[in-house]
Amino acid sequence: MPQVTLIEAVTQALAHEMARDPSVVVLGEDVGVNGGVFRATVGLSERFGPERVLDTPLDETMIAGLAVGLATQGMKPVAEAQFEGFVFPMFDHIYCHAARFRNRTRGRMTCPLVLRAPWGGGIRAPEHHSDAPEAMFAHVPGLRVVIPSSPARAYGLLLAAIRDPDPVIFFEPKRIYRQYKEEVPDDGEALPLDVCFVLRDGTDATLVTWGASVKECLEAADQLAAEGVSVEVIDVATLRPLDIDTILESVAKTRRCVIVHEAPKTGGVGAEIAARLAERAMYDLVAPVERVCGWDTHMPLFRLEMKYLPSTARIVEGVRRVLAHG
Amino acid sequence: MSIVAKFAVEHVQYLDPEGRLADHAPAVAQDLERLVATYQAMARVRVFDAKAINLQRTGKLGTYASCLGHEAAHVAIGMAMRPEDCFAPMYREYGAQFVRGVKPREVLLYWGGDERGNDFSGPKHDYPWCVPIATQCLHAAGAALAFRTRREPRVAVTVVGDGGSSKSDFYGAINAAGVWNLPFVCVIVNNQWAISVPRRMQSAAETLAQKGIAAGIASVQVDGNDAIAMLDVLDRAIARARAGEGPMLVEAVTYRLHDHTTADDARRYRGEDEVKAAWAREPMKRLRAYLAGRGAWDDAKEKAWLEQCEREVNAEVDAYLASSPPPTRAMFDHLYAELPADVAEQRRLAGQ
Ligand SMILES: Cc1ncc(C[n+]2csc(CCOP(=O)(O)OP(=O)(O)O)c2C)c(N)n1
Ligand SMILES: [Mg+2]
Repeated sequence: MPQVTLIEAVTQALAHEMARDPSVVVLGEDVGVNGGVFRATVGLSERFGPERVLDTPLDETMIAGLAVGLATQGMKPVAEAQFEGFVFPMFDHIYCHAARFRNRTRGRMTCPLVLRAPWGGGIRAPEHHSDAPEAMFAHVPGLRVVIPSSPARAYGLLLAAIRDPDPVIFFEPKRIYRQYKEEVPDDGEALPLDVCFVLRDGTDATLVTWGASVKECLEAADQLAAEGVSVEVIDVATLRPLDIDTILESVAKTRRCVIVHEAPKTGGVGAEIAARLAERAMYDLVAPVERVCGWDTHMPLFRLEMKYLPSTARIVEGVRRVLAHG
Repeated sequence: MSIVAKFAVEHVQYLDPEGRLADHAPAVAQDLERLVATYQAMARVRVFDAKAINLQRTGKLGTYASCLGHEAAHVAIGMAMRPEDCFAPMYREYGAQFVRGVKPREVLLYWGGDERGNDFSGPKHDYPWCVPIATQCLHAAGAALAFRTRREPRVAVTVVGDGGSSKSDFYGAINAAGVWNLPFVCVIVNNQWAISVPRRMQSAAETLAQKGIAAGIASVQVDGNDAIAMLDVLDRAIARARAGEGPMLVEAVTYRLHDHTTADDARRYRGEDEVKAAWAREPMKRLRAYLAGRGAWDDAKEKAWLEQCEREVNAEVDAYLASSPPPTRAMFDHLYAELPADVAEQRRLAGQ
């Protein structure tokens, strides 16, 4: 069985779905001959040809608008933004069109596109290459926002995203693109969207996170376990729509919740989760909900980026703060 | 049927790859002092470029975008502008920026992951490096609009790549410049590649200069490896713009001799032959040959100048390497004119 990294799992899913479904096309800058700047699309052009793997001119507005046109006419475009920092020229087409076609045409037209982008910090990249803008998309009705955190989930969730009848924003945590390999059978089995994954069971506190921060959350849980503290770790995976039930179930058990994300704290998806807990778990909680997030600053250039990202130490402290209650 | 409009695109070249001057050469070809200064600036930025690549290779710099092969186009921009003009670069125009007073250590700080590089020693009104492709074109058009509104005799000059000339921002900028007759000069540095995407896949148009025709602005294609042609065209473009005679689009045809950045491997998508052929047309050799033919440059001068550049650049590298990382609180220092209370609390929590 193949051992693959997260990025290889992305390639594997794209190849699988292109072979299975002739309406799937990949488009973006440098995705063809070069196989993508991270090599996510490597080999696809050779295998499926330049009509299904389109090296586009350099214009994100154009890429997103073309994807809307393709998707509304029966194709399954998987568009790539080279980095999350370059999705903003695409936002017009995503927000005003992709997310709304189904609703504004009363179901007559749909827009099942996927927009993939490497996401997040921690690789010493240049300016505008390390942001975490998921909340801006999670705010948009009609969109799905998905962030995988392991090779297997990257494979299964990307298959699901491509097969989904609605538009999906698929952010790939570039910091863990090549962090480790795991067995990911190329069996075409999708994982469910719209559900959280409980990665570790625990009884004393719940860590809710997504993307590359899953790594530090698991480390924090390990550290705390050595002290006899049992921490549950949940990978949200689909940020919109939000599977609040899994989180509620966990918090009903642990009675303490720490939300961890690398995007800035204010207006982050963590705020939505905290609000839902306030609405529905008020009496289960024995401690205020904690958020350990990126600061409310711009992602700094890389000399300071590790001071910006939530560290294992900051996460452990966050858990200690909720443990101090009850 | 009648023809309502007809267009042509001029190509300007005075120095051929061997350094032979064309008969119809402009006055700048006789200004040997300025040409020597241009050559020296080109040589200096090439020395810098090699050092920067080396620093990246040895783990002392982040991803770096080389300017190898672009020296004539970049330096000519710097030489043709006045300090009070405004420059809006992309990310590899160090040749222009050094002429305008930016220090090599500041370029290194930027690619070394430190915002202080953006607060450089060049003119305070010049824009910092601009990674989101082509967005700088619109900022330059806006700057030109500010100059025109205040009746200031200043010109905004911007640079965009062949790839960037596909982007909506570029089209918007030349369009606005045309509509309002702005003091705006846009140089498309067409180095034939946008990472792995070749020039022909960016546009079916025969030249990129002709995009300016659709915007109704003066447009010209130049041999971007010919410093004399670049100086001549940019002198004219900037003088026209300053006099209120309108914006200009200049396509400088050159070649990216290095990988896109140090994170790229161009062997994946382009042949050695093409690169070898491009080396025969590179910009330094021809200007050196011309200056030597006119008695303005020789081997001894070359050697002495390169040694001086080495010394100067080494001192800059040392200054960069000696810089300590900013404190954690620096993230918060320039977020707003006055830091809001809730963010100030975060600054306290973030520590030093
Ligand atoms: C909006 C945006 N999209 C994508 C990128 C990634 N990217 C960086 S440079 C580049 C190619 C630029 O090519 P060109 O405009 O020809 O300039 P060159 O680098 O060749 O000088 C791309 C796609 C980016 N920086 N900004
Ligand atoms: Mg280019």
